[in-house]
This record gives sequence, structure tokens and C-alpha cells, in this order.
Amino acid sequence: MPNLQILIPRSKLDLLRLVVLMLLLIPIGAATLTLIGSAFKWHDSSGLLGINTSAFDAVVSEPGFWRSVGLSFWMGLITPIVALSVVMVFIAAFLNSPGFKWVWAIMKPVLAVPHAAAAFGLLFLIAPSGFVIRLLSPEISGFVRPPDWLTVNDPAGISFALALVVKEIPFLFFVTMAALPQADLRRTQIAAGYGHGQIWSWFISVFPAVYLQIRLPVFAVIAFASSTVDVALIVGPVAPPPLSIQILRWMNDPDLAKGTIAAAAAIIQIGITLLALLVWWVGEYIVLHLARMAAVRGWRFRRDMFFRIFIGLTMTVSIVLVCFGIALLVLWSFAGIWRFPDAFPKIWTLKSWISQSQNLFETGWRAFTIAFVSSAFSLILVLANLENEYRSNIRPTRLAWWTIFIPLLVPQIAFMGGLSVLFLRLGIDGTLWAVVLVHMIFVFPYVYLTLADPWNAFDTRYIDVARTLGKSDNRAFWEIRLPILLAPVLGAFALGFAVSIAQYLPTLLIGAGRQPTITTEAVALASGGNRRLIGTYALVQTLLPFIFFALASLVPKIAWANRRALLPTRMGQ
Amino acid sequence: MSLLKKFYVFLVTAILAISPVAGDEPNPENWDSVLAEARGQKVFWHAWGGSENINSYIAWVGEQVESRYGVDLVHVKISETANVVARVLAEKSAGRNEGGAVDLVWINGENFAAMKRQGLLLSYPWSTYLPNYQLTDFENKAVLTMDFTEPVDGLESPWGTAQLTFYYDSGNPVFENGSPPTSLEALADWIEKNPGRFTYAAPPNFIGTTFLKQVLFGLVDDVSVLRKPADRETFDEVTAPLWEWLDGVRPNLWRSGRVYAADTTQLKTLLSDNEIDIAMTFNPGEASSAVIEGLLPDTTRSFTLEYGSIGNAHFVAIPFNANAKAGAMVVANFLMSPEAQARKSDEAIWGDPTVLALDKLDAEQLKLFDSLAPGEATLSPEDFGIILSEPDAFWSDALDAEWARRYGAGN
Repeated sequence: MPNLQILIPRSKLDLLRLVVLMLLLIPIGAATLTLIGSAFKWHDSSGLLGINTSAFDAVVSEPGFWRSVGLSFWMGLITPIVALSVVMVFIAAFLNSPGFKWVWAIMKPVLAVPHAAAAFGLLFLIAPSGFVIRLLSPEISGFVRPPDWLTVNDPAGISFALALVVKEIPFLFFVTMAALPQADLRRTQIAAGYGHGQIWSWFISVFPAVYLQIRLPVFAVIAFASSTVDVALIVGPVAPPPLSIQILRWMNDPDLAKGTIAAAAAIIQIGITLLALLVWWVGEYIVLHLARMAAVRGWRFRRDMFFRIFIGLTMTVSIVLVCFGIALLVLWSFAGIWRFPDAFPKIWTLKSWISQSQNLFETGWRAFTIAFVSSAFSLILVLANLENEYRSNIRPTRLAWWTIFIPLLVPQIAFMGGLSVLFLRLGIDGTLWAVVLVHMIFVFPYVYLTLADPWNAFDTRYIDVARTLGKSDNRAFWEIRLPILLAPVLGAFALGFAVSIAQYLPTLLIGAGRQPTITTEAVALASGGNRRLIGTYALVQTLLPFIFFALASLVPKIAWANRRALLPTRMGQ
Repeated sequence: MSLLKKFYVFLVTAILAISPVAGDEPNPENWDSVLAEARGQKVFWHAWGGSENINSYIAWVGEQVESRYGVDLVHVKISETANVVARVLAEKSAGRNEGGAVDLVWINGENFAAMKRQGLLLSYPWSTYLPNYQLTDFENKAVLTMDFTEPVDGLESPWGTAQLTFYYDSGNPVFENGSPPTSLEALADWIEKNPGRFTYAAPPNFIGTTFLKQVLFGLVDDVSVLRKPADRETFDEVTAPLWEWLDGVRPNLWRSGRVYAADTTQLKTLLSDNEIDIAMTFNPGEASSAVIEGLLPDTTRSFTLEYGSIGNAHFVAIPFNANAKAGAMVVANFLMSPEAQARKSDEAIWGDPTVLALDKLDAEQLKLFDSLAPGEATLSPEDFGIILSEPDAFWSDALDAEWARRYGAGN
């Protein structure tokens, strides 16, 4: 029996814990109930024990169902395996090398690129009629027309996984860098002193501690990769598509019976994500035991030069893919006539920008408003909660900690359907506030995730000094803690903003078509494959979060121009 | 039909004819009151948003109805009309009988049939009372009163007509005697000799479904079977040659039939990129339009298959729970105005054929159309050949489902 006393607020500030709990749990709980209700057709209780499982039978017999399931599961594993390996080995191999800070510097803007924009960029780059082939044609490749190759939308989902990996690498890089200050890096030197190779030293001495801290973000990557919708719509397989896309199709089918199928499939989607997490968890044990065995046997893996070069190259390719992709968005947005195999547009024009200016502004401004409000509210809630934890001297229990991250672990496609029905019944769907509220469910965890560590690493003796000098708790918060933590606070806001901008499914379903944002427009345009328009929309979608990432790193530098000791000197902050 | 049933039909029709409007719904017979009610309303028009020129045309409509009637038109860009049907259906089952999210929807065929069948449309014949309806060619163009095999009954308002048309670049020497294949046999032959150079859109996208129906028309002996719903056995029997034809060409399709195009816009892009040699569209003016835009070379030409091609009309409809019904009617009426129709027919704008009867227009209205000369990529009216009218809406759904089972499952 959990200790329910924890639910009783101790102070006015403490009430906020309940607000957060409600924000996260009520929508998800209610949506899940709606989902289960429609999947098992509770209103039609003719089946066993009043539970009707016919919807599940129907799902399983849908054409291509098992392939869809397999795809989603495979994405959920391959993406974190590749992304995590690249990030970990890269940091292990290059943390102390001179080029590292450049990679870190370029990684932040890459993090700001929304998934959809990165996927579009990749599409323009590697498609058979894409830039790479254009560049090589016809002189080198001999192609006068695009080769009939399956470089995107391939049935095995390789291009899909690639698009996910290049976006998850910066995310995992970011959270790892944030976790590094807590790790004792000197251990690596000791391990290396015993003759272990550089990567292996890091792996056995620092990785375990770092991994524990980034485990949750890794789980979020698994959940995201196994259930994403927008990236799958752009570069994913089509016949059959991953399960998430199938669910979206059934959800949108005019045949009511398909709605039940969608609900049943959504429950199966949760099961796939859980299964992927479970397999990962087993994998953790296997890796742990193998590593322990290798360490105990004294294997040192001293010759890792080739491996280091390989990972260095992989990392470079991953960054180059995103950057070139963005550059291609720019090219296409200004392209007039640009036919295959011309490497560059024959005619440059502002037509796409001019013809779309009004809509770009409207949908961009709406996305901006939603993102700004939802991340501002989330930031306030996170700050208040962290301050409350400090003042009441409590730490989130394991349960509370996991609660915060439920929205990142439950597949969006699984509970957004239920939530949209709920909002429809309440009559609040299609309003800006409903969209803001739903965005907050996803923004809050990320803001909390990025801010909690720097917050807890803060030297509270500053507060003690302030208190001794007779300042109130509040003044200590506003005048000491907040200014000192300005950089991480702004960073967390920027990340929250980026998370909100990138939200496709919640905006689409809760917005009921009345709150189109730059992201929903961009993905809708993808269906028509008009590269010029996709270029303009995806660029604006990229620029919006970029502004705040830039501000988050500039403002502290300006504000602290005369407080040099406050400037972030340690990497990762 | 029994006598009693006939009587009821007569009674209902009579009542509807006398008073098209129940309660306080906007009454298009009293057009001034509709105009008055519409002023200041915000109309959410759900319409496919995958084509830039159509989107800009809709934006122009928005400017016009704003300045002329004070109606604020919002284009909700959607990728599948079926989603809108699902949306309205969800609203109905949630008990939202007014203030719905959709005010106007661009629709036809099986989606119209589905909405009509499930009572999701404004349930009185409003469209025939719109002032501009009288200018349309409803007397001669059967497609304006019969949407596939579903009677329109004034529940949707005509917007444009369409005919399945193929187009290609004649400057690209890919066809043996310089002319593209115009029979199914020749097409299959050509696909086999030119692997990877032909594809169609994946159903349920409308152009994909239409292609299936087009092929089916060329392979069935007796097309009358397509005019009504069929049972499973008949369906399997009638469609067997279709699947055989598709199975035959599949290995030699673009991407070996493992990926299909998304819609007409992607087909156009693929042709423009020289990834395929033949594209298809429902808009006979699309090829010329793309030439003007610079997307396709001016050697682009259109053709149809020799046994005829599927033609239909597209409409706008108002859901039963629309929030701005009067505003939606004003937009629907404006869409049928000579000015809006002429602009839509202009291949530099869109190139979609008009629903108006040109002989009903006065001299000034006619002038709007006179200046529009179709481009070289557009077929002349005599080259269009026979128009095949759409099969019953049942066939669309059944073909989509069977196609998904055969080719959408990755087997």
C-alpha cells in the first residue's frame, strides 16, 4: 500500500504537485479508459465475461497486420541501439580531443531541428531523384533519369530508421552531456592506466553511472521510435506501413467499425512498445554480464583505433545528413525549375515564399503561440515543483518520477485517439487552449528532465547565506537561485519550445483541423510531395525552435558579461 | 416499389419541395436572409490540400467572399476526405448536433454516399436553390445530378467536373511509334518492356481507386453489373481479370510495386523528375497547368484510353451540424459563379473544367471564358472519347479493401 499521505499538500506551493499529477494523469487515464472501452466494446457486452474481443480478432486479420507490428517493434529496438552506441562510443573516444567542442557546438542546433524537417531533408538528399544522385548524374553515375531504387520508403524501414537515428543522436548526446558533470571522469584515466583501450576504459568505468542517468531518455527513444507517426509518413514503408500509421488510418475511417479496430490496435501498439522496452531491459542484463565477464577475464580491447575512426565517421555522416538536409530545404524553397539531373535549380525564385507568406505567418504564429504558452506554463510548474522539493526537503519518489515520464513512454498514437474523443465529448476540442493543454503533457516532462539535474547540482549554500542575511525564501529564489541558474532554465525552456513545435499528432487530433500549425501543414503537404512548399514549411518549422536555442545560449552571455564566473564553463550546461 | 412506398416518397418530396427548410436553418430560397446571416461568419472548409495551385485558388475564393459577403473562409487542408467523414461521424456519435468543426467539405463519390447514408449531411435540398445553380448544366450533364450512382438530391453543390486523363512528355522518345499505349493490352506490354517507368497511386487515394475502376471497365464484359452493389462471389468473379492484369504488371512497376505514389501531385512530380513516363490525373487541364508552372516541359501531351475514361463531378457539401451553414452556402454559391468558374478553368490558375452551361451565360459572363484557350497539353473535346460514368460507390470501397489485401500487405 503506497503512502497516501504524500498526496496531502503541506503548503500552498505544495499544492502544485497535485496540479502536475492531474495534468499528467487525468488526460492519460481518461484517454486510456476510453480506449479500452471502445476496444472491448463495453456497450456491447455479448462476449465472454462481458468483454468482447472481436475487435482484436479483426485487427489480427487485417491485411499486413503482422508485418506492421514487426516493423514498429524493429524500429523501437534498432533506433536506440544505433543512436546510443554512436553517442557513447563517440564521447568515449573523443571527449578530450580538440575537435569535440565543435561537434558539441553543432549538435545543439541539430537538436533544434524538428523530426519532420530532418526527415524531409533526408528525403531530398537520398531519394533516387534526390541531391546525391543529381550531383553524380549524369557525368559520374551515367544516369539520365533517376534509378529505380528503393532508397526511401523501403519495406524494411532502413531509411526510416536512418531518419530516426540522425535525430535521436543529438538528443542522446544532449542528455549525456548533461549527465557527465555528475560522473567521475578520472576513473577513465585509472582504467586506461591499467592498460585498457580508451573506449573500453570509458565503457567499464564511466558508462554504468552515466547510463543510469540517461536510461529514461533512452526509454523515451524506444517509445518514440516504435510509435512515431510524422517521420513514418515521410520516409517510412508504405505497404504495409508501421502499426502507428495503420492506427491513424483506421481512426480516420468513415466506417464506425474501424474505430473499434483502431482502439484495439492502439492497445496492441502499447504492447509492442512495452515488449520493445522489455527486450531492451533484458538486453541491458546481457550486456552487463558480457561486459563483466570481459572485465573479469582482463580483456583490454587496446586496439580500438579502427573502431574510433569508424564511429568518428559515423557521427560526422549523421551530422552532415541533417545539415545537408536543411540546406536542401533552403534550396528547394527558392527553386523555380529544377529538373533531374540538374544539380542545382535552373531558375531561382521567391514565388514559394511569396505565395505562402500569409499561411506561413498564420500557422507559424499559431505554432509559436502554442509552444510559447505551453513551455512557459510547463517551466513555471517545473520551477515551482523543484523549489517546493527543496523547501519541503522532499525528493520525488520512484513512483512520482515515473509518473512524470509516462507521457514520454506511452505511444502518442495509442492514447491520442481516446483523448480526442474525450475532448470532443467535453466540447473543448478545436480550441487553442485544448491544444496548449495537450502539448503541456509532452512539454512538461522534457522541461523537468533537462532542469532537474542542474537544479539539484546547485550549491544550496548560496541560499543558506541569503537566508542568514535575512532574505525570505522567495527573495532567495528570485534573486539568487534563478539568476544563477539562468542558463539551464532558458535551455529547458528552449527544449520545451522545440518539443511543442514538433508535436504533430496531438495538434492534428485535438486541434480538429481548426488549429493548423506549421507542423501539421508541413506533414499535410508531404502527401503531395511538392518539394518547394515542403522546403518553405519545414524551414520555418526549423527556424522557430532555433530562435529560442540561440536566445538560450546568447542571453546568459549578455546578462553575465560582467559576471564571468557565472558563465557556463562546464560543458553540458 | 410498393404503392404505399411510392406515396411516401411522393409525400416526402412534396414536403421538401414546398419547404426546403425545417426550423431555423438558413433558407436559400430567401437568399438575402442567407447573405445577412452569413456576414461575419467563419467558415471552415475542409478540402484536400496537396496541390499548390488549388490551394491558391481556394485562397483567392477566401479573399473574394470576404470582400463581397463578409464571410471569413478558412481552408482546412486535409489529405483524405474520408477523414472528414470520420470526423463528422465522431461528432454525431458524441452527440454534437451543432457547432461542428466542419462547415463545408469538398467531396464526391463514396464519401458523399457514406455521409448521405449515415445522415451526416444538411438534410434538405439546399444546393438546387442556390441562385447560381440555375447557371449549371444540370439538364445535360448527368454527373451533376448523379454522384457515382448516388442521386445528389440537392445535398451537395456542384463545383467542377473531372475525367481520368493520362499525360506524358512527347519529347522523351519512350514510345515506339511516338504515341503512348491506349489499350490495356498495349499498356501492359509497354510496362513489361519498360520496367520501373509506370505506377499509380495507392488506393484509397481517389486517383488510385479510379485507376482500378478504369482498368476494370476495360476488362468486364457487361458493365451493368458495376451499376449496383454486388455480393462477394460476384465481386470476386467480376474483378478476377483486374487482379490478373495488375499482378501481371506489378513486377515491372516503379519500385517493383513495393511503393506506390501517394496522389496526383506525386505522380506529377515523378513525371517531372523523369522517374516515370506516364502520369495520370482527374483534371484534364492539369498537364497544361503544369507546363505553365514550369514543372513539365512544353512537349507534354495528354491521352485517354480508347475504350473511354471515367468521368465524374466534384461537389461541396455541408454537414448536418455545421456551425456556419449560411456562410457555407454563400461560399458554395460563389464557387458556381461565372467569375469563380472561369478562373478555375484557367489553366494558368488550375484548369478544372466548369460545371456551367455556357449557353446560359450572358455576353459579359461568356467573355470571362472566351479568353481561356486550352494549352497544347490539354486534349481537345473531340479527343476525350467516351465518358464512362462511375460505378456504384460499393465498388470503390470493395476495390480498395481487396487492393489493400493483395498489394498493401507487403506479401
